[in-house]
Amino acid sequence: MLSCKEVTHLLSEAQDRKITLPERVNLEMHLAICKGCKNFKSQMSFLREACQRYVKNQEKIDD
Amino acid sequence: MKFAHLQLRDETLAEDVVQEALAAALTSAKEFAGRSALKTWVFAILRNKIIDQIRLQSRTTNVSSFSQQEESLDETFETLFKANAHWSPGNRPNDWGNPEEALRQQRFWDVFDACLKHLPENTARVFMMREFLEFETAEVCQELSITISNCNVILHRARNGLRNCLEKNWFTAGEQPC
Repeated sequence: MLSCKEVTHLLSEAQDRKITLPERVNLEMHLAICKGCKNFKSQMSFLREACQRYVKNQEKIDD
Repeated sequence: MKFAHLQLRDETLAEDVVQEALAAALTSAKEFAGRSALKTWVFAILRNKIIDQIRLQSRTTNVSSFSQQEESLDETFETLFKANAHWSPGNRPNDWGNPEEALRQQRFWDVFDACLKHLPENTARVFMMREFLEFETAEVCQELSITISNCNVILHRARNGLRNCLEKNWFTAGEQPC
């Protein structure tokens, strides 16, 4: 079983590469029972979204 | 300007790249019709100028260097966990509800900006190359001559630092009803 700390690393890497099947299985097993890491996962996708929006906003301002 | 300044962390340099980008855009502006297309295009030039500048800087600075700031960020991260590497009860990441709501609020962007500026310089650089300039991690490593595992560590540090900062200063500060 992965620890929460390991899960945060894996969730960060999942933003940058396709994680392997065994990694995914381990991850899902953990997420199924861990609310904190589930929230962490949503927060990672939100960060990605916020960054994309941030750049878009800059495009509008920077002229 | 702000976009360039944040990434280069140097006001004079930022002014230079913005000027260069505008100049480059002007010399061939005739080719472009439509104002919105022009804006996007100037921005694309600016992006490339920032990348050039980062390349130049990366020859003289060592991004993998580990400063006091990075160390304290890592220490903060460690305090979120119990000895068994699971979240300690008070530090479990919260449910941010419907965070997309925040993206429409100027106050949120002020906090977001402050949190970005709060990241250690090298950590922020790697993060912004990945998220703002949309480099693949392999490219970031190559450009900055760092290993992929180092890159992963730095990105993880940045993301967690930002996440923590937003959670403390926005998502629990009561700016939005939840």
